[in-house]
Amino acid sequence: MSEMRIIDARDTFCPGPLMELISYMKRASVGDEFELLSTDKGSVNDIPEWIKKVGHEMLGSEQVEGVWHIKVRKAK
Amino acid sequence: MSRKIFVLCISDSREKLQMAAMVASVAAASGDEVTVFFSMNAMLHFVKGRATEAAAEGEFGRLMAADKGVPSFKQLFAYAADLGDAKLLPCSMAVDLLKASAEDLDPVLGPPTGLTRFLSDAEGAQLFTF
Repeated sequence: MSEMRIIDARDTFCPGPLMELISYMKRASVGDEFELLSTDKGSVNDIPEWIKKVGHEMLGSEQVEGVWHIKVRKAK
Repeated sequence: MSRKIFVLCISDSREKLQMAAMVASVAAASGDEVTVFFSMNAMLHFVKGRATEAAAEGEFGRLMAADKGVPSFKQLFAYAADLGDAKLLPCSMAVDLLKASAEDLDPVLGPPTGLTRFLSDAEGAQLFTF
């Protein structure tokens, strides 16, 4: 299993964080894991929706000092 | 299941261009087959030497212009093409009227396309107009 990679999308608005995540995931291998950092509240709801729609795996989401940490695994 | 989504983009207002780019980028990145057709004043933003700054219609446009955290509509259209294989097509009539050569067109654009072809391809599919 590969190391979790951090994608820093703080201070960008929707759909910036989602596009950042997709840019990385498109180039990644199946099984790669990412932790997206976002301060955009809308993206916190939107990103899990996208993950579910395209069939990747949501590993978790938590807010730490105003920053959302969304963890995802590339599943296909 | 993949849907076919067509976006008709004619306004040069910042708000409309931004919303069109958001729809195109999110839909394309989610696996939908997206085609965007640019005509009228929207085309000016994709031709060298023409408009560079989209005018705000109202408060939202001004807010977006002032906040560096808002991705630009051009960046979002590029995401739609790069991440989701969206087709970004300039209207052939607009290209002719602007006397734009192939070199004048933004490289993100596909070939100049006629309205007849666009409407034919869009038949029965979901169409958004901005």
